[in-house]
Amino acid sequence: MNSARRGVLVMALGLLAALVAGFGAAGCTGSSGDTLTVYSGRTENLIGPLLDDFAQETGIDIDVRYGQSADLALLIESEGDRSPADVFISQSPGALGFLEADGRLSELSPETLDLVDEQFRDPDGEWVGLSARVRVLVYNTDAVNEDELPESVFDLVNEEYAGRVGVAPENGSFQDFVSGMRETVGDDETSAWLEGMADNGTQTYANNTAILEAVARGEVDMGLVNHYYNERAKAENPDTPTENYFFPGGDLGTLVLVTGAGIVDTAPHPDDAEELLAFLLNEESQQFFAAETFEYPLAAGVEPTVDLPPLAGIDTPPVTLGALGGDLAVTRDMISDSGLGAG
Amino acid sequence: MLWVASTLVAVVFAAPLGYLVWKNLGNAGDYLDILSDEGAFAPARRSLLLASTVASTSAVLGTTLAWLLIRSDLPGRRTFSVLAALPLVVPSFVGALALLAAFAPGGLFDIGIGRPKGFTGAFVVLTLFTYPYVYLLAAARFASLPATLEEAARTLGRSPASVFRTVVLPQSRGAIAAGTLLVFLYTLSDFGAVSLLRYDTLTTRIFSSRLLDQPASLAMSLLLAVIALVVVTAERRVQRRRIHVEAVSAGRASARASLGLWKIPALLFVVSVVAVALVAPVVVLGQWVLRGLLDHELALVDVFQPAWNTVWISVVAGAVATSVVLPIAYLTTRYRSRFAGTYDVMVVSGFALPGLVIALAIVFWVVNAPILNSLYLSFPLLVIAYVVNFGSQALRAGQVAVSGSPTGSTTRRRCWAPDVLAESCRSTCPSCDRGLAAGTGLVVLSTMKELPATLLLAPIGFQTLATRIFDRTEDLFYAEAGLAALVLVALSGLLTWLLTIRRMDTLS
Repeated sequence: MNSARRGVLVMALGLLAALVAGFGAAGCTGSSGDTLTVYSGRTENLIGPLLDDFAQETGIDIDVRYGQSADLALLIESEGDRSPADVFISQSPGALGFLEADGRLSELSPETLDLVDEQFRDPDGEWVGLSARVRVLVYNTDAVNEDELPESVFDLVNEEYAGRVGVAPENGSFQDFVSGMRETVGDDETSAWLEGMADNGTQTYANNTAILEAVARGEVDMGLVNHYYNERAKAENPDTPTENYFFPGGDLGTLVLVTGAGIVDTAPHPDDAEELLAFLLNEESQQFFAAETFEYPLAAGVEPTVDLPPLAGIDTPPVTLGALGGDLAVTRDMISDSGLGAG
Repeated sequence: MLWVASTLVAVVFAAPLGYLVWKNLGNAGDYLDILSDEGAFAPARRSLLLASTVASTSAVLGTTLAWLLIRSDLPGRRTFSVLAALPLVVPSFVGALALLAAFAPGGLFDIGIGRPKGFTGAFVVLTLFTYPYVYLLAAARFASLPATLEEAARTLGRSPASVFRTVVLPQSRGAIAAGTLLVFLYTLSDFGAVSLLRYDTLTTRIFSSRLLDQPASLAMSLLLAVIALVVVTAERRVQRRRIHVEAVSAGRASARASLGLWKIPALLFVVSVVAVALVAPVVVLGQWVLRGLLDHELALVDVFQPAWNTVWISVVAGAVATSVVLPIAYLTTRYRSRFAGTYDVMVVSGFALPGLVIALAIVFWVVNAPILNSLYLSFPLLVIAYVVNFGSQALRAGQVAVSGSPTGSTTRRRCWAPDVLAESCRSTCPSCDRGLAAGTGLVVLSTMKELPATLLLAPIGFQTLATRIFDRTEDLFYAEAGLAALVLVALSGLLTWLLTIRRMDTLS
């Protein structure tokens, strides 16, 4: 019995020793010094090369934590004033809006803000757009004739589209789109559309990727997604039988969504952070978004790649970004009340 | 001192629950209102329905496979005994994605069953990827059953089925129950599969409200934790009431049961489970990789660093998890006191919480407790997160092994002495050895595929195979994601064999 007890004790002491050693090791790595820390909701492929260029050009070292925008926003909130994050790069305005509401973003300088058109940045000046995406209807070219495509996203509740459309009700960009719809046509008409979609046998998926996969294999004929998923699927597999359809004439279906970045209020290196934002908005970086990530550039007069219609020609509906930042909880409830939620 | 060590460990394991209670304190008065406003009770019922059906089906499936592969003369059992464990290592979002690509309309093997979705889809996918919890623990137990009883039954002319029912099953209940509980808790915590398969559970609600309605998200996380606590406590009660009459062999295993005419159907059964749960997803991943190789460059070198990171951090997590739960395991099996029971429930319930919640809880405590500050962004903290998340597996596996010892406390004591880990126990208590190995193996496999805590807590720049799969899937770079996933499955197969299966084989 004694030997057994002693054994377990040794074990526990060993553990304590390991922990203490851990403290020591942590102490050594903890001081990140002059390294600029970026939390990025964009994946490495979508931002990494630019951050490397920035580090090379300026000599400022960069650490990047990649993850989902929402999770990283929660992480910054949990970290409180001990957050090492300088810059937060988000896939959508939602996560930036969350941090802004929590008082965790600092105001950007007018010089940085002015690099981007007013409609693509936070009205309170706490974050700035980096690139834009457009909502589209992606369709399977084997299953859908071009003349079958709807004039407006509101037509998708009609019988001819019954059971043929996929949406992602819990996905942030679908929710942003619905918020845009509420802003434009009001809550009643939005609810009616959502219910019409649910009654029309609309298929639901987890996210844009899942919709694109389902459209590509012919499981569903078309789906409401962000435009670049089709471009990326084509880059991965040129045989993918899918095309984007941009709703004509300023239809709500082509709502423009912004990705953006802000500086955390507790940023240890606010000046370097501001420099990074300016860098991401210079011509070369914007060119990267146009050519490598198939997005719409927002600054420095850079045009999107040839395959995309110009942003100006899309007739973005007059939706203010403020609406897209806040009030999303109501949108989410409307979507789940409509019967489009998971079951 | 033993109590001090146990208490210390239990306190660490209580971190997520403490965080959730603390965060909900501000809304304590409205707690139930928040839940009902969110409509949280229906998803909670669905979570329970899914977890109990997946757990009970896995119990049957895992036990049957374990018996066929360890106790019968099934052809090819050595190979299959490793393959049958592997579905566990497929991250559930990858598994769901691959099974959709395989079986949905227009998929690689479109067999006209429609898109797997809703309850049925989630049930099938989660069962296929979690039954190995039961399988591995039951197999470890079956490998240690004494020859005498079974042989006696067989000499009396009992059929293999009858021997199984009257001898093998009663002797293995503890192992099967432990595995089933782990499946239940895993299913409660899963987000990847249920979201892709569109089944609305507590976890999907926790995720969809995490930014938009934080109080609701935290309230539902606490609800999930409470459900887990209740279930684990109930399971403990049932297990305690049962008198342990389980026995282990002193080294000699009995002859394998002859399947006779059942050989063919049994083989078909094993092959079809492995085909759907392992081969189908692997073929889909392989197809992605192949397409990538044909279309553009695919650098195998890029996977080396993440693969090495995955292996070493998982092995460290497995070893640490097994050693830190030892004091608690010792107390629960030796003293069976109420405190020890509470500690046990604390450790085991952690498995039901999504990794995101555990990661945020750990961040919260570390940044708010000045003495812990320096741990932040360090490897020890990442290991602590893994251990808090998966320690339950090491604990339950170990307890099962020990409670199966022949003469109670003496052997128990000997088994929980640390030299177990070294060598001495091997001769006197092979089942402990095997149980600890199985527990370590489970923690290692879980850690290898862990994603949310790794993304949020790893020192910046630390990439594992799971984070790489996630990153590449987000970008629809399926070739690179597929390659990393295949490497993950292969490495896990190797580790499963080294840590777990190999030991079962040496005896039989």
